[in-house]
Amino acid sequence: MKNPLLEFTDKGIYCSAAKVYLDPWQPVDKAIISHGHADHSRWGHKKYITHHRNVPIISHRLGEINVIGKEWGETFNINNVKFSLHPAGHIIGSSQIRVEYKDEVWVFTGDYKTEHDGISTPYEPVKCDTFITECTFGLPAFKWTPQQEVFENINQWWAENQAEGKTSILFGYSLGKAQRLLKYLNTDIGKIYTHGAIENMTQVLRPLVDFPETTLITKETKKEELLGNIVLAPPSAHGSTWIRKMVPYVTASASGWMTFRGARRRRAIDKGFVLSDHCDWQGLLSSIEATGAEKIICTHGYTEIFSRYLREQGYDARTEETQYGDEEDNTVPDETATLEKQTS
Amino acid sequence: MKPQTTSETDVQTDIASNELGMRGFAALIKTLDSTNKTNVKVQALTDYFLAATNEDKVWTIAILSHRRPPRPVNTTLLREWASELANIPLWLFEESYHIVGDLAETIALIVPSSKIATEKTLTQFLEEMIALKRKSDEEKKEYLFENWKVLDYYERFVFTKLITGGFRIGVSQKLMTRALAKATEIDEDILAYKLMGNWDPNEISFQELILEENASDYLSKPYPFYLAYAIEGEPEDLGDVSQWSAEHKWDGIRSQVILRNNELFVWSRGEELVTDKYPEFNEFIGKIPNGTVIDGEILPYINGQIGSFNDLQTRIGRKSVSKALLKKVPVMLKAYDILEWNGKDIRDLPFSERREILENLYQTLTNLEISFQLSETMHFKTWEEVATERTRSREMSSEGLMLKRKDSPYLVGRKKGDWWKWKVDPLTIDAVLTYAMRGHGRRSNLFTDYTFALWKENDEGEKELVTFAKAYSGLTDAEFRKVDAWIKRNTLERFGPVRSVTPQHVFEIAFEGIALSKRHKSGVATRFPRILRWRKDKSIHEANSLEDLKLMIP
Repeated sequence: MKNPLLEFTDKGIYCSAAKVYLDPWQPVDKAIISHGHADHSRWGHKKYITHHRNVPIISHRLGEINVIGKEWGETFNINNVKFSLHPAGHIIGSSQIRVEYKDEVWVFTGDYKTEHDGISTPYEPVKCDTFITECTFGLPAFKWTPQQEVFENINQWWAENQAEGKTSILFGYSLGKAQRLLKYLNTDIGKIYTHGAIENMTQVLRPLVDFPETTLITKETKKEELLGNIVLAPPSAHGSTWIRKMVPYVTASASGWMTFRGARRRRAIDKGFVLSDHCDWQGLLSSIEATGAEKIICTHGYTEIFSRYLREQGYDARTEETQYGDEEDNTVPDETATLEKQTS
Repeated sequence: MKPQTTSETDVQTDIASNELGMRGFAALIKTLDSTNKTNVKVQALTDYFLAATNEDKVWTIAILSHRRPPRPVNTTLLREWASELANIPLWLFEESYHIVGDLAETIALIVPSSKIATEKTLTQFLEEMIALKRKSDEEKKEYLFENWKVLDYYERFVFTKLITGGFRIGVSQKLMTRALAKATEIDEDILAYKLMGNWDPNEISFQELILEENASDYLSKPYPFYLAYAIEGEPEDLGDVSQWSAEHKWDGIRSQVILRNNELFVWSRGEELVTDKYPEFNEFIGKIPNGTVIDGEILPYINGQIGSFNDLQTRIGRKSVSKALLKKVPVMLKAYDILEWNGKDIRDLPFSERREILENLYQTLTNLEISFQLSETMHFKTWEEVATERTRSREMSSEGLMLKRKDSPYLVGRKKGDWWKWKVDPLTIDAVLTYAMRGHGRRSNLFTDYTFALWKENDEGEKELVTFAKAYSGLTDAEFRKVDAWIKRNTLERFGPVRSVTPQHVFEIAFEGIALSKRHKSGVATRFPRILRWRKDKSIHEANSLEDLKLMIP
């Protein structure tokens, strides 16, 4: 029996015809990388191929690496296998990876979202036979509101805190979420301060996107100057002495997990905004339909539940173990998970 | 792209400025649910009480003091209908429910959203829910669909919560009473008294419940219980031992027994009227004079011995008790204190004087010696003597000692200073984590409810793990997250919400009491099991055996 075009091995998703891996989690010779988050772009590969907007991100994260940047839709052949990258809309430079060989087309999504966030190239459905999809939020309980509405609420929250003479602290991953938040914060209200991890990553991305001005918090920053302004911080900073020095403050988190009342309370965060860089339930279903694929492979998220539902809808759907995300485990921006997502 | 700005005038944070009715109530619940700060909660409630209609206020008080109307629709039907409206299979609804952890929240998330607002009041909703109980399933379904469709997400959550169960939003009756006191300028203790007992929000007006003085309403009313904190530091820190009275801390149901107007009322600490469950006390009528309120502990009393809490369990669940059960597990009242005497509230008298009245009363009751006993007070010369008495607690079937300042009045609620509990150290055993389930509410989506097992030799002489207790408290949030992450990676099998895990981790489990039990697989029932600590230093083979546990049974 011939090997499937893409196989799930202990090193990652492998294309044996081209001898290349997609988002491998063990060091390999040649890796095609969907995007810059740490669970998808790991250290130690001999050669990286990724979208050119992701090149500055992974170079910043991983240091000296051998990397080639590609354009959207640019086809490149490796051992007669045709590869191309297509926008995934997850974060800046995030791609779906299309693989074509002998009239068969597979697409691997990495992470993706259907809503246009205004900073990453919008998601485009790609026709394929087999669709390898994430399903981080693959439950009907997840239903996003349009981001404009969420940002209005965030800015309103900031203005209210300012009226009470408090500093607003907003938590989001340092790569992706932080820049999306930054883009839409209303600088008419006040100044935007940043944690070092967020500031560094934002500086890397400034040549690609026009962001409002930010001020890095240093040892010299006085807490009085923060009052009424907003601080962008990674989730791992929650509860740290760095934060506690900023009293009086109010905290909020922006994440898809904030859908659950319990998620906010568990972390003792004052306010939760539901804002995600992944697809919601309908987003996943409509994306899958748009690909025209018959075979669906679910890689991470609520994989068992989601693939069972797809099978009932008539798809040939299954689950494969990967080391992306952590099965059902992104609920809490917990220390270990967030450190991984941060820049090193 | 420039973000849209909202002008200051659009900002609505003040509950009083929101439209009231169901929307105002939902906004109140949302505020209460989205803050951890007590003063914000009290302020939100105060604002609400100042702005809401009297009818809605009565219902809000009722809901926040767990006086909901009976559930009009059973949860099986709710699940079926919600998944029908959401157009998803029932199994997918159930899976989502396991993950979300709250039925009303799951329904609110899953059914389609609308932007239509409701103008109905909270009272209208509750009256409809009361009427709904007697309607046909078809009518019930129609009512739910109609309302789920017109409510926004949060209102839909609150509406469904009113149907399914109580709100766990960190608002105690005490906190609500404080806000009500601020809004009405009536003394907090007086309000606490008015809110106790059996009143029906469907019958009573705000005027009658809160504003009016009406003596006949008070016939059945208990006093708020005075509760003690656990002692901090060393008992010596309490000062001169001669100022303190000690008693054993009995492990039953804290209760008030009221005799007024030739009627008997028995209240449990949960403010539940339990008179009918304990017919033993009917004989008090005519023997204990009218205008008497006694604070005490209901205890099982079997063949002249105080039984275990496990014995009492068999009585707690039953509304009416059979003759056989009355004979098997009779109860008595162990009296601690007297709060009303000759129809007068004597809570301000010093404890020593109240005890004198109680003891004099006890002397006149020679023919009640089985069902009415005194909790003996003890007076010691040194704190060492107190400590020695404490070590006798288990043989006395008590949980430890109570220390009460002799000149203390009977206060309202949990107050520091005059009364302290000094419990015996819990029993502990090292057990192996074998099953895990997702928590609820704050902990939904984290595996925080654990089952623990001990070693037992089976018939072939091999050692196997036998489940003995469940526990879901005692670890820090950080520890729970670590165990949760480990569970997700080490799951052996899934049974709906429950997972079996590789036996690998040992935890020290603490519990208050232990008794033989036929209802438990291990043959042993433990009381208040909880996790004391994670024994990372121990391998599973160093965990205790069921035999070790049985040796602890007194």
